[in-house]
Amino acid sequence: MRKFIVTGAIALAALAAGAFAAYGESVSASESEAKPPHRHWHFEGPFGTYDRAAAQRGYQVYHEVCAACHSLSLLAYRNLMELGLNENQVKDLIKDIQVPDLNDDGAPIERPARLSDRFKKPFPNTAAAAAANNGKAPPDLSVIVKAREEGPDYIHALLTGYVPFDKLTPKQIKEFDVTKDDNFNKYFPGHKIGMPPPLADDKVTYVDGTKATTDQEASDVVEFLAWASEPHMEDRKRTGVRVILFLLAMAGLMYAVKRSVWSDKH
Amino acid sequence: MAASSIPAGGHGDPTRRDFLMVATGALGAVGVAAVAWPFINNLNPAADTLALSSVEVNVQPIAVGQAVTVKWRGKPLFIRHRTPEEIKEAEAVPLSQLRDPQTDNSRVTDTAKKVRPEWLVQIGVCTHLGCVPLGNKPGDPKGPFGGWFCPCHGSAYDTSGRIRQGPAPKNLEIPPYLFTSDTLVRVG
Amino acid sequence: MASSHGTPPAFNNKVIAWIDHRLPIFSYIEKEYHTFPTPRNFNYFWNFGAIATVMLVLMIATGVVLATNYTPHTSMAFDSVERIMRDVPSGWLMRYLHMNGASFFFIAVYVHIFRGMYYGSYKAPRELLWILGVIIFLLMMATAFMGYVLPWGQMSFWGATVITNLFSAIPVVGDSIVTWLWGGFAVENPTLNRFYALHYLLPFVIVAVVALHVVALHVHGSNNPLGIDPKGPQDTVPFHPYYTMKDGFGVVVFLIVYAAFVFFSPNMLGDAANYIEANPLVTPTHIVPEWYFLPYYAILRAIPDKLGGVLAMFGAIAVLFVLPWLDTSRVRSCSFRPIYKWFMFVLVIDVVVLGVCGANPPEGWYVPIAQLATVYYFFHFLILLPVLGKIERPRPLPPSIADAVLKKAG
Repeated sequence: MRKFIVTGAIALAALAAGAFAAYGESVSASESEAKPPHRHWHFEGPFGTYDRAAAQRGYQVYHEVCAACHSLSLLAYRNLMELGLNENQVKDLIKDIQVPDLNDDGAPIERPARLSDRFKKPFPNTAAAAAANNGKAPPDLSVIVKAREEGPDYIHALLTGYVPFDKLTPKQIKEFDVTKDDNFNKYFPGHKIGMPPPLADDKVTYVDGTKATTDQEASDVVEFLAWASEPHMEDRKRTGVRVILFLLAMAGLMYAVKRSVWSDKH
Repeated sequence: MAASSIPAGGHGDPTRRDFLMVATGALGAVGVAAVAWPFINNLNPAADTLALSSVEVNVQPIAVGQAVTVKWRGKPLFIRHRTPEEIKEAEAVPLSQLRDPQTDNSRVTDTAKKVRPEWLVQIGVCTHLGCVPLGNKPGDPKGPFGGWFCPCHGSAYDTSGRIRQGPAPKNLEIPPYLFTSDTLVRVG
Repeated sequence: MASSHGTPPAFNNKVIAWIDHRLPIFSYIEKEYHTFPTPRNFNYFWNFGAIATVMLVLMIATGVVLATNYTPHTSMAFDSVERIMRDVPSGWLMRYLHMNGASFFFIAVYVHIFRGMYYGSYKAPRELLWILGVIIFLLMMATAFMGYVLPWGQMSFWGATVITNLFSAIPVVGDSIVTWLWGGFAVENPTLNRFYALHYLLPFVIVAVVALHVVALHVHGSNNPLGIDPKGPQDTVPFHPYYTMKDGFGVVVFLIVYAAFVFFSPNMLGDAANYIEANPLVTPTHIVPEWYFLPYYAILRAIPDKLGGVLAMFGAIAVLFVLPWLDTSRVRSCSFRPIYKWFMFVLVIDVVVLGVCGANPPEGWYVPIAQLATVYYFFHFLILLPVLGKIERPRPLPPSIADAVLKKAG
């Protein structure tokens, strides 16, 4: 029995190693996009949590920059309280936002946003969003970090990975058919991306005084969007630690019971 | 449960095994209870539902003698700006004439114990069988007591929303509400 | 021990005795789950039947509560799942338990199937037991496929489109069948609605077939690692407490691994593209099914002919139905089959290779490797298994289970 398990394990391990090697090769062979560099995120790992200050700055970046084109339709303003803001602070953040509604007679009106409202969309619908953006609607960002492989790394890399036209090699220009009006991004599949470089140094002025470099803005907005994608992550990990500790204790006890029951049969 | 129990053999230490069995059973029971909770809790109102469980209404545009209907927790909410005559009429009714005795004062007190007799905030659901009484819109019949009248079975309410005639057993329900300023009322 | 061999139970509790006299559920439990004589030499592979049952119950429980908040409409399905993840109390937990539960249900069932094949549990007199198992497996695949469509992400939509289009390979009536499956001219709202209805229904059909599977199991009792029949009481132990406790231990260990995924890496087994709402106008660059379908997906693509690929894929499962009659060996357990034992491992490797090929785009080396692995898969069942059973000389079987166990214990 033991021999059998060991042999099986070795065979599977060898095979898995081979398969992953082949997979890695195929990825690098078939795609010219650079692999997003891995960055350390505060929310990584089994005990990782969201950096509230960074996420609040990230909301500011979203609100002042991204929200012009990208919706965040699954979030409500009340959710911002989970970022460590109190009710009055959130009300203050949204006091100038007007959202569409209908009045009692069914006529469309604009009214001040309430905590229970979902984030205001920049365009009334996908067709309108596409029409205003050269035919391609900017994606909703609610779960964007989960909707991309290597989500946080990829989005940070994308936001900081633009190459100006005059910095491109003639080979790149030829191979990807880039013109002066195109936006070239090292990490975007196909490289030509509809979104012009959204961030720049001092694009926002942080209320907490943090220096707003492009890299800082990208990190902050990724922290915010990671939270938006998975708002219950901290609760999930906390619950997980408890569940696994419980199951380990249970397994230990069950094993002791099983051994004691079987003691006369071995 | 059954006549046959764990087979007895000359092995182990029965006390130790009993202890282990009891400990495992107890821990297992705790585990099952802990697992049951999220399943039960799952059916509670969701965060987006709770976020709508209170509404803020600006009462400034409601002229004296007028009323508005607002949807709150899936039900109509009647907010009436009463005239001085209506208030006087409501206050003058002796409690002995009421089926569900309540003073008018107690029906216009908000959760901060502040009395505003000109504002009557109540749930517009007849306490008989759940119809919505008439009388909140201009032109609606207000019934013999000048308040509301339920068209389903003819219950009539007075200017304080108290039941005066017909089959309904109780006065119109007053929800918890608070005037956060002179013109802004938060219900729920 | 005397009670473990057919003595009718007597109940001391008057209420239980009263009920049992009219509806013998307590006698049944007593007979089938308490005193039931079970071979004393199971290894841990025998835990996976119980583990699969626990996963089935867990999937139904989480599925029912998820259904209370899910909306089967193309315009709302994606958002309703995200609402469960965000706003519904414990919703994220239910959804991640269900999502990863599907994977772990398949893990348990795959190990269970491997165990049945390695130890010859499908051989006479357990052929129908095995066939019921294959039916459960097929029902699971149908349920999992339709469940994956419900969140209405890109992979949901395009997976549904690709798999339903398989039926268009059928000559003459293929296109009509696909239209009938869809209830329209593409995967659309009627498709989502019927998948939801069937996804809710099929698990209960699985429960019914599992019940038959257990009934069939208890006719001749379990097979065991030696593959020889128990000859008397010395070869067996009562099911309770011996195997209830051992299964309990195995279940808890399995749940630890499951919990690690649910709580710390809930999206690892899924596809990022399924967090993009379905868009019928944009096909993802690389459509892949969930991991548990990858080997079959590779077989489908390995054949460069539409109908051929579909037939090969369904054939890969259909061959399992006749497995009891393809195996000509005189002994059940691979422990006594010095040659075939190794080919069992080769089969496992072959299936994993198929899985890797299924996960990758059908280009470059993956194409010939997948084709070779497909050929080997059918070679194993259709040629190796019947021929090897005739020519292989099994090692001598021990006289009895007790004999083998006591010898091993020294």
